[in-house]
Amino acid sequence: MDKLRLRFEKTGRAVWISHLDLMHTMQRAFSRAGYALKYSEGFNPHPQISIALPLSVGVGSYCELMDFRLNGDTALAALPARLTAVMPEGIRVTDCYEQVNKFALLKYLEIRGSFEYDERPAGEMAEELTRFFAQPEIVIEKKTKRGLGQSDIKPAIREIAFEAGEGEVLLHAVISAQEPTLNPALLPDALRQLKPALAPDFAKFTRIENYLENMQVFR
Amino acid sequence: MDKRLERILPRVQKPARYTGGEYNQIIKDKQKVDLRVAFCFPDTYEIGMSNLGMSILYHTMNSLPYVWCERVFAPWGDMYEEMKKAELPLYALESGDSLDQFDVLAFSIGYEMAYTTVLDMIDQAGLPLRSAERTALLPLVFAGGSAAVNAEPMADFLDLFVIGEGEEMNNDLLALLHTAKTEGWDKPEFLRRAAQIGGVYVPSLYDIAYHPDGTVASITPRDGAPERVTKRIVVDLDSAPYPVNPVVPSTEVVHDRVNLELFRGCVRGCRFCQAGYIYRPIRAKKPETLVKQGIEALKNTGHEDVTLLSLSTSDYRPLPALCDGLLDYCESRSIGLSLPSLRADNFSMEIMEKLQKVRKSGLTFAVEGGSQRLRDAINKNVTEGDLLHTCAIAFAGGWNSVKLYYMLGLPTETDEDIVGIADMAGRILHCWRENAKNKNRGVKITVSTSCFIPKPHSPFQWEPQITREEYLRRVNLLRASINSRSVVYNWHDADTSVVEAVLSRGDRRLGPVLEEVWKNGGRLEAWSDYFRFDRWMNALDKFGLTAAFYAERERSVEEVLPWDMIDVGVRKAHLVKERERCYSSTLSPDCRHQCSACGALRLMEGGKCDG
Ligand code: SF4
Repeated sequence: MDKLRLRFEKTGRAVWISHLDLMHTMQRAFSRAGYALKYSEGFNPHPQISIALPLSVGVGSYCELMDFRLNGDTALAALPARLTAVMPEGIRVTDCYEQVNKFALLKYLEIRGSFEYDERPAGEMAEELTRFFAQPEIVIEKKTKRGLGQSDIKPAIREIAFEAGEGEVLLHAVISAQEPTLNPALLPDALRQLKPALAPDFAKFTRIENYLENMQVFR
Repeated sequence: MDKRLERILPRVQKPARYTGGEYNQIIKDKQKVDLRVAFCFPDTYEIGMSNLGMSILYHTMNSLPYVWCERVFAPWGDMYEEMKKAELPLYALESGDSLDQFDVLAFSIGYEMAYTTVLDMIDQAGLPLRSAERTALLPLVFAGGSAAVNAEPMADFLDLFVIGEGEEMNNDLLALLHTAKTEGWDKPEFLRRAAQIGGVYVPSLYDIAYHPDGTVASITPRDGAPERVTKRIVVDLDSAPYPVNPVVPSTEVVHDRVNLELFRGCVRGCRFCQAGYIYRPIRAKKPETLVKQGIEALKNTGHEDVTLLSLSTSDYRPLPALCDGLLDYCESRSIGLSLPSLRADNFSMEIMEKLQKVRKSGLTFAVEGGSQRLRDAINKNVTEGDLLHTCAIAFAGGWNSVKLYYMLGLPTETDEDIVGIADMAGRILHCWRENAKNKNRGVKITVSTSCFIPKPHSPFQWEPQITREEYLRRVNLLRASINSRSVVYNWHDADTSVVEAVLSRGDRRLGPVLEEVWKNGGRLEAWSDYFRFDRWMNALDKFGLTAAFYAERERSVEEVLPWDMIDVGVRKAHLVKERERCYSSTLSPDCRHQCSACGALRLMEGGKCDG
């Protein structure tokens, strides 16, 4: 079966599995579950799988998408449970369907994050963060292929909101996933560069949902 | 997850090796078990997770309902520094709990260079290094693994050692500890009783006296401890536990594959080879068992490779049947089958062709000695004719890379033998020119040498090691003798070999030396990244000891050896005889042709040695 898409979660301890290791883990999990992934032809055959927007190590997700092909037919409805049963802790397959949108059309990512402050009051920080990210432009230095460059990250932030929690500020945002790509790690980086007093002691992120340009859920 | 850990992980290389959570890890309810065992491997995750012994014992210990055994590995340097900074103690992967919550620290020590890492892990667990300073019954700190056949340098630090195969022995020990914990025994009582379990060596129950020259004068057991501790073995490997559902790492390790063990022991009796003696008697698994276990493990792991492990794969009698059985399953699924440790002499065309269908790797031969005379002296029964014959087949079959391993400094080695290595490489090159189908791709012949290390319980246990300077001279001689661009020469430096020689035949006086090296930062010293020769020499110096005493001194056969309380099965008289045959360059028949009554059979209790 061609053009299949898997939706899965990568949370808990599994967030530390790198993209490359995840591809390998997927390959083995399919084999454990008794599914035969279709391999490419040629000198060095490899399974034809591809994951949309590889996650950085340490970032969790409830909305990972992976395209794959299978040899032979199978009942797609049973696949998520069968795969989940043979996954490492933290990887849960939630859906499997025939591909709908092309990965290139994936435009926005909804993310949640936590900025941890060990010594500063979360309430105050939340207010200041809201103000900081409301600025019309946020120009930071960014490593590019051609060395250090200046870049305004503001246009890549569609929505952003902060809320005080226990020793942490919770972030909820919709950011541009492609063209331009905004790595969520740049949010605390911007603070470190432009307003160190607001930079958190630690920050972590989780992807919640993928969207098309028109904010319909990407499938 | 511990907050400190969560903050460290983004900053270290390959964080997935520090998180656990892999498929097939064993999780139990810690409230419902009585003994929590931290199974510690004194090297990195990538090495430890590739180790079949570790995988077997993880499962056998966990088969006890009152035990939860978890895995602990040594963090790489970057992680180690971060953990120190964050004051994060060493923890077990399954639960994430720090080692102070465990009843047992069980170490698997496969090589001497891991000793300082063991000390470091005991320290990271928050425990005093020395057994005598840990006065409570729990946690019990013990070790097994092949380095335990001479555990003397580590005698002060561990409460006890398990000698031999741990499948049954470890569980006997844990059962006794379970009783001790329930009944509230003190540590001395437990150790006294543990010493009665077959294969258990409790160093504190043995008094060692020394002569003024530093050699051992006597070994005296106390409190009913046996005079000699006899190695434990598993008699029937077919019914022995084999984990068909091993933990599958979520990150790349050294060997990502299913490991099948064909047999234990070796029929060859190469005189330099400790493994060939300490794993006797020879016990093979049936091919049916292996095929069944292999397929099951492949299904349960999703691995794409399966490897046949043993000291000498081609000596496994039903090898063709086994390969057929596995290939039946593997070929259609693109699963690779690899056979390391094939020998040059009976490397069959048929098997090579079979493997070729699936995957083709380089050819590797452990030739060890450069001349037939020297190979006869060390009982390495490989002739150049066999080797060239095998290479001819391989070259004709499309192989174009050969690796040859040799040791320099073997007893009786002469300069002629060393030049012989270069000559042999030249003749293999010639063989390639005559047999290769496609010469455009060229050929690569790699010659590697390492410095011979005399090992306890081998016929060369009394032999001196050559000095570093002499090793270098021999390396340079060989270098000068190789004159083809197709032959590449790699030599391992002798620094590690010297330290290994000191430790492998060391005594208890080395305890303070190990502690000193560790205090000065020594850990993970099997890695050249972390090994520092001077640190060892300075530490020896500090305690008035020399490397030469342990490494370079020829020992007399009458001398009491520090490891004489350990009985691995093979009798000393057999080792003496084998050593004498070395001096007359006399081959001994391998076990297939004739049993030379080495003594290992008495470990079998009515079993049959598969020699
Ligand atoms: S008992 Fe005989 S056949 Fe068995 S290992 Fe010893 S010498 Fe070889």
